[in-house]
Amino acid sequence: MTEPTIYELSSPGRVGVRYPQPDVPLAELPQDLVRKDLPLPELSELNVIRHFMHLSHLNYSIDSGFYPLGSCTMKYNPKINEEMARLPGFAYTHPLQPIETVQGNLALMYELQEYLKEITGFDAVTLQPAAGAQGEFTGVMIIRAYHKSRGDTKRTKILVPDSAHGTNPATSAMSGYEVVHIPSDSRGNVDIEALRTTCDDTVAGLMLTNPNTLGLFEEQVVEVNRIVHEAGGLVYGDGANLNALLGIARPADLGFDIMHINLHKTFSTPHGGGGPGSGPVAVKGAFKEFLPGPIVEVLEEGDEELPPVFGFYQPTQSIGRVKAFHGHFGMMVRAYTYISVHGADGLRKVSEYAVLNANYLLARMRGTYKVPYDRICKHEFVVEGVWDDAPGVHALDVAKRLMDYNFHPPTNYFPLIVREALMIEPTETETKQTLDRFADVMLKIAEEAHQQPELLREAPHSTPIGRLDEVKAAKELVLCCWLPEQVKN
Amino acid sequence: MNVPPNLKYAKTDEWVKVEGNIAIIGVSDYAQSQLSDIVYFEFKVDPGDTVTKDQSVATLESVKAAADVNAPVSGKVVELNQSLTDQFEVINSDPYGAAWMMKIEMSDAAELDALMDAAAYEAYCQERGH
Repeated sequence: MTEPTIYELSSPGRVGVRYPQPDVPLAELPQDLVRKDLPLPELSELNVIRHFMHLSHLNYSIDSGFYPLGSCTMKYNPKINEEMARLPGFAYTHPLQPIETVQGNLALMYELQEYLKEITGFDAVTLQPAAGAQGEFTGVMIIRAYHKSRGDTKRTKILVPDSAHGTNPATSAMSGYEVVHIPSDSRGNVDIEALRTTCDDTVAGLMLTNPNTLGLFEEQVVEVNRIVHEAGGLVYGDGANLNALLGIARPADLGFDIMHINLHKTFSTPHGGGGPGSGPVAVKGAFKEFLPGPIVEVLEEGDEELPPVFGFYQPTQSIGRVKAFHGHFGMMVRAYTYISVHGADGLRKVSEYAVLNANYLLARMRGTYKVPYDRICKHEFVVEGVWDDAPGVHALDVAKRLMDYNFHPPTNYFPLIVREALMIEPTETETKQTLDRFADVMLKIAEEAHQQPELLREAPHSTPIGRLDEVKAAKELVLCCWLPEQVKN
Repeated sequence: MNVPPNLKYAKTDEWVKVEGNIAIIGVSDYAQSQLSDIVYFEFKVDPGDTVTKDQSVATLESVKAAADVNAPVSGKVVELNQSLTDQFEVINSDPYGAAWMMKIEMSDAAELDALMDAAAYEAYCQERGH
């Protein structure tokens, strides 16, 4: 049941929309800019509607099935978030309106900043960054600005553990730092001795994901952060895995200086398909003046009769704007709604259930799948998708086979320190029944890997398009919507 | 897994063939099989550049992951295998032959002592799984 491309559905001369006769004089287009060979598809309105309706039915989303994509926290996005974001007072405002006409929006931003401070333990928050990676960039630029402000110019390195998020080394390199990898020890923690010998006065900071990409809590996180601080470096916390810590541990208390928070992961704003994302950055007081501005502040305290007056504050040593206007406001409304609906106790339960679900799945898969760093996990865990007695079957084949059972595959081949990694994050929003169904399928696939390996190697069998040629896709970068024969001409 | 006996190996899976004071380098069969199909290759140095041991001198990308190629020895880059930029498939098909990456004129041949011989490298690969 593949759907033809819209070009294949085209029929010369068919018209979907008839434009009225223009009521202004026609202008001549410059002849050298006029193209005669642009093949636009010609379809009726109903053809177009059906085409995109069919395509939409091919989508897979958290609303249609289990989505255990490790490190991405694909939790259910409650529909009340959407309702709140569509309230006319939020939806129909413009960032250039006079601030006295958008006091409600500013109040929401201010309270969201306060919530995030309370949850993470930090002292100041910018809501501007539009994604986790942009939050990282903001954080590392703050590290840079901080050292520079002290005249400390010899710090050229950022340390990144090999169990860190893939974006961490990219962020460091993009900010002009040399990336130095720190190995993991046998328990999946940062190797303390390696860290100690690497830390000196050329280290600007450490980027640490906690829990790390193995889904394991850094058991010596306080010591790790202390070692970096003693060398004069700062510690950046990648908040991608905050879903394991809500109401249980506050990253600022663990010694982190700066951290981003993914509203689109932990706080249930849409994720995938463009989101858009939102990656607020929280800092300790010493770094507040480096934040991107403006930041919402209370300009005049309220009293029993009058609400406070909100306005903007521009940090004095700001690294500058990282996003137009104030960030993705619609996402702030959704995250605010999520936090308000749950409350402090509810958020703690979110993390408890996320960790419980991951450990339950791990317990069911252990023994059938090899678990290289096997201890109590946090919100996710990593197994090997390969068996010595099932040669020729790889993690990719396991992932593809899952699609035949109508599950979204987990993250695979990451982290790199596990061979043939499958990284599984169920999130708190799944029931035991769903987890059992998934575990049953994973065990069945392991059996198939040994008895009918071709079932895996040729998977998926039930999707509109079978196994894609990833090598060809990566090598032949033809991104064109025209038919092949049109390209040839 | 192919581990030619006449080569030296680095922990980060590069091989070195020594010819006088010239080190010819590439990545091992183990490395290419772990990475799977290579889809991109790029040099990060030019002929004439001085490189230090463990410096990243090239980048590999496969459908699974991106990886650095590190210089196993210090010295001056005297020649790059330019054909690799277009025909990186040979990294998968002929890692020790057509996929040699560059020649480095060594500044400190004693650095070779820190590299593994074939037996040690084979054991090192076994230990990491295959």
